[in-house]
Amino acid sequence: MSTDARAFCRDEAQAIATYNFAYLDEQSKRMIRRAILKGIAVPGYQVPFASREMPMPYGWGTGGVQVTASIIGPDDTLKVIDQGADDTTNAISIRKFFARTTGVATTTATTDASIIQTRHRIPETPLTEGQVLVYQVPIPEPLRFLEPRETETRTMHALAEYGVMHVKLYEDIARHGHIATTYAYPVKVEGRYVMDPSPTPKFDNPKMDQCPALQLFGAGREMRIYAIPPWTQVVSLDFEDHPFEVQAFDRPCALCGADDVFLDEVIMDDQGTRMFVCSDTDHCNSRQTAGHAGEQDT
Amino acid sequence: MYVAVKGGETAIDNAHRLLADRRRGDRGVADLGLDQIMQQLSLAVDRVMSEGALYDRELAALAIKQARGDMIEAIFLARAYRTTLPRFGYTRPVDTADMQVERRISACFKDLPGGQLLGPTFDYTHRLLDPGLAAGQAPETPAVRAPEQAGMMRVSDFLDQEGLLEPAPEEAAKPVPDDIARTPMIYPLDRDARLQALARGDEGFLLSMAYSTQRGYARSHPFAGEIRIGEVALELDVPELDFPAPLGRIQVTECQMVNQFQGSAKAPPQFTRGYGLVFGQAERKAMAMSLVDRSLRATELGEDLVAPAQDEEFVIAHADNVQATGFVEHLKLPHYVDFQSELDLVRRLRAETGAGDEAAQEDSE
Amino acid sequence: MQAEPDANGYLEGGFADPVMGGQTIFRAIMQAMAEPGTIRPISQALRAPAPMTRTMAAIAATLCDADTPVWLDDALAAAPQVIKWLGFHTGAPMTPHTDQAAFALVSDSTAMPQLAAFAQGSDSYPDRSSTVILAVESLASGDAFDLSGPGIRTSARLRLTPAPADFIAQWTANGAQFPCGVDLILAAPDAVACLPRTTRIRQGEG
Repeated sequence: MSTDARAFCRDEAQAIATYNFAYLDEQSKRMIRRAILKGIAVPGYQVPFASREMPMPYGWGTGGVQVTASIIGPDDTLKVIDQGADDTTNAISIRKFFARTTGVATTTATTDASIIQTRHRIPETPLTEGQVLVYQVPIPEPLRFLEPRETETRTMHALAEYGVMHVKLYEDIARHGHIATTYAYPVKVEGRYVMDPSPTPKFDNPKMDQCPALQLFGAGREMRIYAIPPWTQVVSLDFEDHPFEVQAFDRPCALCGADDVFLDEVIMDDQGTRMFVCSDTDHCNSRQTAGHAGEQDT
Repeated sequence: MYVAVKGGETAIDNAHRLLADRRRGDRGVADLGLDQIMQQLSLAVDRVMSEGALYDRELAALAIKQARGDMIEAIFLARAYRTTLPRFGYTRPVDTADMQVERRISACFKDLPGGQLLGPTFDYTHRLLDPGLAAGQAPETPAVRAPEQAGMMRVSDFLDQEGLLEPAPEEAAKPVPDDIARTPMIYPLDRDARLQALARGDEGFLLSMAYSTQRGYARSHPFAGEIRIGEVALELDVPELDFPAPLGRIQVTECQMVNQFQGSAKAPPQFTRGYGLVFGQAERKAMAMSLVDRSLRATELGEDLVAPAQDEEFVIAHADNVQATGFVEHLKLPHYVDFQSELDLVRRLRAETGAGDEAAQEDSE
Repeated sequence: MQAEPDANGYLEGGFADPVMGGQTIFRAIMQAMAEPGTIRPISQALRAPAPMTRTMAAIAATLCDADTPVWLDDALAAAPQVIKWLGFHTGAPMTPHTDQAAFALVSDSTAMPQLAAFAQGSDSYPDRSSTVILAVESLASGDAFDLSGPGIRTSARLRLTPAPADFIAQWTANGAQFPCGVDLILAAPDAVACLPRTTRIRQGEG
């Protein structure tokens, strides 16, 4: 009898339903861990894995949660963000889930975290060696909206046949004068696989290139895990005459004055008065604490 | 002065307390027991067991209670629990010919050995609301027949004897079947994986897909060869034992659809099969499953692919209601970072085309 | 369920705490795979029947189970206690075919089969390849290799005692078929290092 079986026999005498450390059973963790190692070994390739149902709905971060649950240990410090913010409801919900099922320390400070699970943003504070950034991914296949069939897109990846993607981007240029993709902007990893960076704004794409941290991507509903090891080349697709460029904001954060960050637009009143503030709440708070101020406070 | 709103954690806690309160409802009304759900809402329990892929009546009843009767939510609860359970092994294939039959009908024959047994069916009831039931009237004692001593031969086996029905589709011999709960689905699927996906699939989705084949979107000329509901024994081979270990009995519904088939380049004229097997008493689901199974065999049988119900990736990738409800409902989550990116783009495009002059001006104020 | 007294020598020796033990070892392997050439210490008190080493046993107990066919080199396959230990602690089925192995355990690196003999994966599914777990005496001394590739900022140095025969040529051929190819987990007595198929190596100087 395997060790799992013995563990289960102990549990059976207990309550109507019992759960393991970090929720997932050890068999599931092993399966996910094996997929993570393959993902690291083949950067940008989507490794199929037998995604488990998690106690939060598909589409709400189950892929990221499964990855985090499979790597996390008692010595970790976990940060969870959604839209760059630690205090959005789903970030709170996922952070509480891990606090409850693992008892690990949680933090909002990017610099204090060993694991950061994210939806839709990469923190503004540069990541460091040894950190792991876990992305929640809804549609891992960058070619999916050009070709809905898995059987077809798999062949395209196998042959590194990415012409359709270039055609799509070039059609944007022909029509609009520039590429009209603003988030989930496709990248090429180590010159081989075209990869979906998850629906992060393209503003964050340059942070993925030569990043000191390990980047892991989990797509639960679509059953794929992929990875970018540290210090790996990640290039946003573009053309010589139309180089990739990120969004630029024409004003700094109203709270902390940062002018090199992604900003949220906040509607202030019924007249539609707007202000622009950092989407990364930790970064903004740290700057304010350090004495930086935006125009709102001046 | 703008201050980012905090307090999401308190809001979530409060929402969940309110949910628990609404779930309980009026405290003057008796609390619903799991035994009541298991006994009196047993078909709801069956659906949660089959689509939750977990044969446990008590947990299914708990899920229904906890979900306030929302079936997909209850199925989700069952799935999220079952997925954490260790896998000990695979039972021997159940032999439905050995079923303790409670209901068994065939639309293909007027009578057959073992007889047509209606069992506890809604069929032929007049759908009139019953004031007596509302008043809590006790039902009459049912008439029961003596249980069969031996198994009841399947209709498909009678047809097999004459060679009119295709042999059961043979997969290349596998030491263990595919297991969609343990390995990622790789398209195209083998039939065992496909049938598993259909067995867990959403009843409503499969019903509509099946219905579409009857209305001409990949018509399959079906006859309900046999539907049977009853209990089957489960047995597990254990290396240490030289006999299969009996694990108990489960109730299942099996539907064998028999489809007239005029032949193709790949297969001769014959009757073909569609198969459905579902936990509990779930006849609608088993019938829909068997129709969809048959339509998904189009490629194998050399039929033209003309309709959604024949498209394996389309049907299987969208049949799971836990996946579907999650992704549809995830649109509730904040998407403001991406929306901001799109706002920026649309403003820019409008400015470039001149359409956005007015808006751009307002925006810069 | 209590195990019987361990008269056969294979029932015990697994992780004292399988949940935390597996997590600790996995993180070491993951970091080592993400940063090729780095050496991650392993300090789990597993006991394994010879010639399987403690580290090899810890890696197997972390990654192998009923879903992963395991291939054993001749020295391991000749030790019934090793097979019983793996069966009991991981539930993994053994395979005699190198090209069907999810994991290959190699206790004698000088007698390792050609890397090309293991499962390489396909262009459509490069993940369907073998991971070779190779026992080495030391990662601190021996032949030096300079590494580059994903996970390595500029360059890294790896030492191996003993290195498999013809290692640079084999590894270069392995890398040339990217995305197919095997990955290597190097199991030293108290540490682990990894070479994913993306890592390029050349003979170290000095």
